[in-house]
Amino acid sequence: MNNVIRKFTRNVPHWQPRVKPVDLQEATEAQLDALKVTPSNTKVSDYVLTLAHDVESLKVRSPLFNAIMYDKGGMSRAERELGALGASMVNHCIYCAAVHAMRHAQLEKSTEVTDKLFRDGAKAELGKRDRAIFDFAVALSECPSQAGPEHVAALKEAGLDEAEVLDLILSASLFGWANRLMHVLGDPVRIDDSGA
Amino acid sequence: MALETTSLNSAGIGADNPAVKARANIFEMTQEAEEAVLRPKDAGPWSHALRAALAARIAVLNGEADLATRYAEGAEEFAPLADPDTDGTGQGLAEVVAFMDKVAADTRNIAAEDISGLRAGGVADADIVRLCELNAFLAYQIRVIAGLRLMKGAFA
Repeated sequence: MNNVIRKFTRNVPHWQPRVKPVDLQEATEAQLDALKVTPSNTKVSDYVLTLAHDVESLKVRSPLFNAIMYDKGGMSRAERELGALGASMVNHCIYCAAVHAMRHAQLEKSTEVTDKLFRDGAKAELGKRDRAIFDFAVALSECPSQAGPEHVAALKEAGLDEAEVLDLILSASLFGWANRLMHVLGDPVRIDDSGA
Repeated sequence: MALETTSLNSAGIGADNPAVKARANIFEMTQEAEEAVLRPKDAGPWSHALRAALAARIAVLNGEADLATRYAEGAEEFAPLADPDTDGTGQGLAEVVAFMDKVAADTRNIAAEDISGLRAGGVADADIVRLCELNAFLAYQIRVIAGLRLMKGAFA
């Protein structure tokens, strides 16, 4: 039986949609184009098939997502993942938190930071730079944003320059978006509990 | 391409800022995303005016009065919905409005029932996704604006 995951984990769950994803067999040409479905590439996740209901948004969202998380320069990829994780913890998006905690651990080759955050919550003991990054992402993710000049002052004091601060703003904000799709439109589940 | 985007304008930050300039592609795509959720070619049952009203409402919930005013200009007959004290009953949209408020302001507590409630009320799956994309994009744009404003203050 499927079990909805309610606690933060780095063990990425399966995402189970709460609405019916687009059926590839019935997809329109515009949907197939946005999904980049070709005869040799027909594997599309339920999440992307769900978003294909709004094809105009899907088409612009994917390149924007990739640019914010992966474009060269500015803040490191691992630190962008920490921004994403801060937002995902505020919004309690278990799926996004899992994916981006896992990526952070891979990029850093260490699970130390994400272990602490998942074990001790937002108040976990972090290094000065990670602390400033995580706190800013958390504050910005509240509704309304609770980020203030003191948060940016802490970022500057921790050594972030303007380009890095901008990348943090973008990555944390992007997960205000992603969380409101992932956490709202589906459930994080374990399909097979008998496994590892 | 001149970079006159909603987020830069609202934060009062110039496209000539070196950090912004280095990420010009992102601000261009952000503006394209705004077009896609506020003024899509295929709007489904959610007209451009209704989307503008809901966008203004979400901006108000986030304390972004100027952005709210900007979006409210396109709200036409749905203008009353820009005020979070209006519950949408008068427009026959009480469920939709309550859902949008919860997704915007209390995201963590959204549950399966919130989606099944909309479905039971006759909202099609594609139109639920459209509502979520609008809401989700605004969450992003509003935070980019709030962040840029702070960045401008700190690095001026």
